[in-house]
Amino acid sequence: MATKINATGMHYKDLNHLVSSAKDKDIIIENALGHRYIGSSAADKNIEIHGIPGNALGAYLNDCRINVFANAQDATGDTMNSGEIIIHGNCGDAAGYGMRDGKILIKGSAGYRAGIHMKEYQSHIPMIVIGEKVGDFLGEYQAGGRIIVLGIGHEDECPVGSFCGTGMHGGAIYIRTEHAPKGLPVQVKCTDASPEDIEAIRPDVEEFAASFGYNADELLKSHFFKLVPNTANPYKQLYVNN
Amino acid sequence: MLLKEGEIRIPSGCAISGFISRDGHKLNGSDVVKSISYMHDRSNGLGGGFAGYGIYPEYKDLYAFHVFYNSNTAREQTERFLDRHFDVVNLSRIPTKKIPAIINEPLIWRYFVNPLPTKIASSQLDEKEFVAQCVIRINNDIDGAYVFSSGKNMGVFKAVGFPEDVGEFYRLEEYEGYAWTAHGRYPTNTPGWWGGAHPFSLLDYTIVHNGEISSYDANRRFIEMFGYKCTLLTDTEVITYIFDYLNRKQNLSLEDIASVIAAPFWSEIDAMEKTDPEKAAKLKYFRNALSSLLITGPFSIILGYTGGLMALNDRLKLRSMVVAEKGDMVYIASEECAIRAICPDVDNIRSPRGGEPVIVNLSEEGKRKCL
Repeated sequence: MATKINATGMHYKDLNHLVSSAKDKDIIIENALGHRYIGSSAADKNIEIHGIPGNALGAYLNDCRINVFANAQDATGDTMNSGEIIIHGNCGDAAGYGMRDGKILIKGSAGYRAGIHMKEYQSHIPMIVIGEKVGDFLGEYQAGGRIIVLGIGHEDECPVGSFCGTGMHGGAIYIRTEHAPKGLPVQVKCTDASPEDIEAIRPDVEEFAASFGYNADELLKSHFFKLVPNTANPYKQLYVNN
Repeated sequence: MLLKEGEIRIPSGCAISGFISRDGHKLNGSDVVKSISYMHDRSNGLGGGFAGYGIYPEYKDLYAFHVFYNSNTAREQTERFLDRHFDVVNLSRIPTKKIPAIINEPLIWRYFVNPLPTKIASSQLDEKEFVAQCVIRINNDIDGAYVFSSGKNMGVFKAVGFPEDVGEFYRLEEYEGYAWTAHGRYPTNTPGWWGGAHPFSLLDYTIVHNGEISSYDANRRFIEMFGYKCTLLTDTEVITYIFDYLNRKQNLSLEDIASVIAAPFWSEIDAMEKTDPEKAAKLKYFRNALSSLLITGPFSIILGYTGGLMALNDRLKLRSMVVAEKGDMVYIASEECAIRAICPDVDNIRSPRGGEPVIVNLSEEGKRKCL
């Protein structure tokens, strides 16, 4: 059995209480419209959202799977610990802000600052896949995890905005394109992805393809760039001579 | 005595919304109230406000002054000033509804006025400049009087409270216009008081703003050299005066103003030198000549003016903003939910890039109907 919740006219606090206290594992939320923090206080739930969820969807998420059948707003997956957020539309700014583990799959485009300050620790390695384009400051201050931008439908241009990887010091960004991002900081190294790199992201792309009806093999046949911090040129003497 | 910007800090975002019917259809004020109410948690009850365009068709050639008074003394003093400088065609209290959520209201009056031709002639100013200077004079010189709306066929309605309550207080369902903007306030630095609620306006320019201007003092010092006085104790006011100065006085286009206040980075201008040297030279000129009008810090704003709306984000896009369309309607809001709340099946939802202005004007049909 699934618990159905009609969110019309409901405050987010009440909605989130109903979600976290529901006895069923499966929860279907209808008519979401700007309700914040959905799923943040829940654990081990399978949440389906119809309508527009509010900011900080799945913040601090623990072991939930959230499917959004619309666009998502800002700060999706803020500091999420584990679980999966699957967005069958576009996503606003700062997706995966400081995320610690888990996955965010976005069928369409994401706004500015996707993956800002993602981090990883031992086996906790977060991952974001963006189907189409992404705004400026992708992976700003990225400290860990994988960000994959597929650029589907935008094969003639670089699918990432300006100032990509500003302050990046960990993790990796993979971009499916023939057009390398311009103006990367000197502390970021951009190379053609190797066959090993492609194999490393294969499970992520397969999951994306399975979620939204794409062919992973076709996508992975294309050229990818890989961005990682440039260990030969670390951040030093940015502010003072030390 | 109210403390000025910088003298007080209230440890505590904001919400903006707006829409326009390009063909000039009449839109009821209750829609903009509904839209902003879906972003309730972006405000904290310390300010809400609205601007409506095309709302006074019966007085469309007169300046509509909306004024807050702290006392009847301030009102009498202001009315004497108005009588000396204007032909006051109509005056009344602005109709409000007493509700528990809105308290401590000042006296709120509305005047439809025509500047006296003899006074304009003797001032050697054009009409708009004459009116603007009168507004600045009242706000600066008369203690306890604030003209918070001064354009033709438009009006600002604002108060301390949540925006949905402010809309109910001012009975906005009784007004219809071709464009509306709204603001929900969450003050972070400055006092929550009636004059400090958004929109901020001068003549028909209105600004609603989500953000915080780091460059406020630099902008204020520059703009005050041209006769403006920042009297309303908060940063957004200066943006209104920058638009008035650059658009009305310097005849800069709105696109050019966007490249002054949200100027591209030097690195972007350098890159442009190869592809479009003419544009690069212009941008360089703006950055050099008008560097004091660069607005830094996070902002998303909607400018309202006679015949249109403009939306703009800071160049780093540190605040959210989405734009959408449906037929002749264009919607702008901090969050998509605020648009879907009033138009569920809206088309072309997009987030403009940082520093990319979105300018929407009335169509020819809309102009015929509304202007």
